[in-house]
Order: sequence, then structure tokens, then C-alpha cells
Amino acid sequence: MKKVGKQTISFDAPPIILETASIVGPKESEGPMAKYFDQCLTDEFWGEKTWEKAESKIIKETVNTVISKSGIPSKDIDFCFAGDLLNQCISSSFGLRALNIPFFGVFGACSTFVESMCLGSVFIESGAAKYVLCATSSHFCSAEKQFRFPLELGNQRPPTSQWTVTGSGASILGHVGEGPYITHITPGKIVDMGIKDANNMGAAMAPAALDTIIQHFEDTGRKPSYYDAIISGDLGHIGKDILNEMMQSKGYNIKSLYNDCGVLMFDKNKQDTHSGGSGCACIGTIFSGYFFKELKEKRIRRLLLVATGALMNSTSTQQGESIPGIAHAISIEI
Amino acid sequence: MKPIETKQEYSDYVDKKSPDSPILKNCFNAFWVGGLICTIGQLILEFCKYKGFDSQASSTIVSITLIGISAFLTSLNIFNKIGKFAGAGSLVPITGFANSIVSPAIEYKSEGYVMGVGGKMFTVAGPVLVFGISASVIVGIIASFII
Repeated sequence: MKKVGKQTISFDAPPIILETASIVGPKESEGPMAKYFDQCLTDEFWGEKTWEKAESKIIKETVNTVISKSGIPSKDIDFCFAGDLLNQCISSSFGLRALNIPFFGVFGACSTFVESMCLGSVFIESGAAKYVLCATSSHFCSAEKQFRFPLELGNQRPPTSQWTVTGSGASILGHVGEGPYITHITPGKIVDMGIKDANNMGAAMAPAALDTIIQHFEDTGRKPSYYDAIISGDLGHIGKDILNEMMQSKGYNIKSLYNDCGVLMFDKNKQDTHSGGSGCACIGTIFSGYFFKELKEKRIRRLLLVATGALMNSTSTQQGESIPGIAHAISIEI
Repeated sequence: MKPIETKQEYSDYVDKKSPDSPILKNCFNAFWVGGLICTIGQLILEFCKYKGFDSQASSTIVSITLIGISAFLTSLNIFNKIGKFAGAGSLVPITGFANSIVSPAIEYKSEGYVMGVGGKMFTVAGPVLVFGISASVIVGIIASFII
């Protein structure tokens, strides 16, 4: 393991992504990606009394699924990295409290999934762990309640707004085994271009994604064409468009390789999700459900996965602060 | 496109890239739904008067009925769909006010009846009450000097 360039870490014995799992909510189950997920829920409460309990159950069951799919006994998993959007990351800590695996709570807003995988892979490569579990979740209803308005309130959403994905994605990284491996990680800087509109997250986060992707290319000496696909977390339709154009203006053409999980998750015309999906589970479920399989079956051999996060809360929005964005990238190859 | 360097350039660029709300459509829907709600109110008013209530009692019955219907539709998860369609059309009449109180009461019931329902019930309607009542007091004081 060594640092290359300004902010990229290159692995000598790359950690392997052994298994992934994903569970999504009812709206995601009606979307174009539904067939790739391990489980599609029909009830947003999933038999629980509160949204928060439902989200905890989703992450708990996703983690149980990934552990049983991998065949690795949970006592052999050394550490768990997990986080979510709710205050103090309660979905993860409450959902995983019975897991009995040493736990690191991670907050990177919607970039948490890749942030966890960055940290987990450093633990694996350094020899501190043989197996690491990375998980994240988000829930449309609990997120609306915390960040916006009660669900039953009769208000309108602007066309720039995004729809928080209900679901959870989890992965297990290991030092030996079969599967795609993580060759590089490029943790991102906090980038704030002054966007204050909490209903336009894609625009707030796109500059962070731009910064991290360009830095990754500069640090590794790679060109966009090195990759079969470059996938961002939850920039949505507007953010995707902005990133494409801004990459172009910096001399990188990624248009044919690039897509966004927020764009992939929903059918914009049928599902009334405006600018697309968002939330920790957006990239968590789409990577776990779709891209991991594409990598395993070698339809994609080199993937740059860039999770984006908006590091704000409802207080900062009310106080008129701008929204700092962040993006973490990992290079996955097979 | 030339590279964006400053926050101002980015803000202008984002404004250009972000689609506007369909104002004409929204206004039209707000107009006819809002009008319909007010017409229903007027019908109830006329009916009450016809039944022999005086005009003050009739107005009170109208408010109570519309609030009741709105609260009921909120609890059935229907009012938010009307609100999404009609915007200010269902928000500005007293139906919107009822919805803004009932919706947090439902949402925060999970935090208990005292701090959840009681404490959070006015999170949306609170500003309307504070500034509405304050404005009426100020207007009342001014009016008492003029009249």
C-alpha cells in the first residue's frame, strides 16, 4: 500500500470484494433496476412501527443476507464499517447492535458506502483485518421526516429535487478469495461551490465529484478510457449533466462511460422522482445489486465508483449555509 | 463551455441547467382547485343559511367542515396528493392550514403523545400562527386609532 500523487492510495495486494447484498423499498421495486436486488419490499414499514425501526431492520437484514451469501461465519469478520443519514447514524448502530462485530460508525452522507469501502480496504491491505463488512442504508420516509416535511403535508417538490432511496447495500471485503478487487482509492476533499438550495443536491455535489475524478486521473496517470464505466452515486439527472459538461470543460470526455446511480434507479417519466434517486442506499444498492454482478461476470472489467455526499443538515440549511459536497472514488477491477 | 472557476459563475451555470417549475400549469391547477374548495365552502354556507343559521354561525360551520374534511383526507394519505397537484390551491384555503397541523401530528406520533404529537404539531403551522396573530394585533391597534 502506498500513496500515489496527491490523494490516492494504491494497493499492492488489492482487497477483494467477496460478496454484496441489497434490499430495496417498494418504489425502487417498481423501478428499472428491481430485478437485480436480493429482496424487494412491498411495505415501507416492513412490519415495524416507525420509519427509523424499518430502516434499522433493512440494514440488519441486508447485513445478514451478505453474511449468509458469502458463507463466511460472522465471527470471522473482524470489523464493520457502517453509516446512514439519520442523526448520529442510528439506523446502522441500532440495526447492527446485535451483530457482535467491532463497529465503526461512518458518516459521509450519501458517500458513506464508498467511504466505508475505502476504510475497510485499508484495514485489509494493512493486515489489520482478514474480513471487513461495509454497509449503509437510507429510507425515503425517515429522511423526509428529518430533512424536510412530514410525508402527509400537501406540498410540491421542485423539478430539481431528488428522491431518497429506501434500501440498504452491504459488501464484505477480504484478503483472499474470488471476486473483483479494489486497486486504488481516492478519498475526496470537501468542495463547496456555494449552492444553498437543499432541493438541488446534484448541483451541490457535482463539483466534488469533478474534483475527485480529475484528481484520480492525475494521481494514477490513467485516462477516462482506462475504465469501462465511471459511476457516480446520486447526482441525479441535473448533476449528471453538470458533471459531464464540467469534465468536458476540463478536457476530459467521459460522456460515453459515465452514468449515475440516481439516474439508473428510477424511471423518471413514470415514477415522478424528478431529478432522480439519492441517499446512501442509492449507490449502495445499485453497486451491490447490479455493478457487482457485472464485474463478476466480467461484462465490466474496470469500474471507477464515485460516491457523492452533501454534508449538510436541516439546521445548516435553515441558517442559510451553503452545502459542502464530497466525493470518494474507488477503482474496482477484475 | 469554458471552465468554471468562481462560485458566482457556478451559481449562474446551475440556474441555467436547473429546470423551472411549470408555473403556468401550477397556477392553473391552483386556480381551479382553490376555486372549487371555496365554492364548496360557499355551498355549505348557503345551505346553513337556508337551514336558518345566522351568517356568523354559518361561517363557523363552513370552517369546521372544511377543516374536518381536510384532516380526514390527510389521515387517509389523500390530501398530500391533492396538495402535490394543486399547490397553493389547496394550501391557502383553511384546508391547507388543517393539513399542516394534522400531518406533523401523524408523523411525530412515534415520539409519544406529549413531546411528539403535542410538541411537534405546530412545527409547520407555527410560523403562520405567530405572524398571523401578530399581524392581526398590529392591524387591530392601528384600526382602533383610525376608527
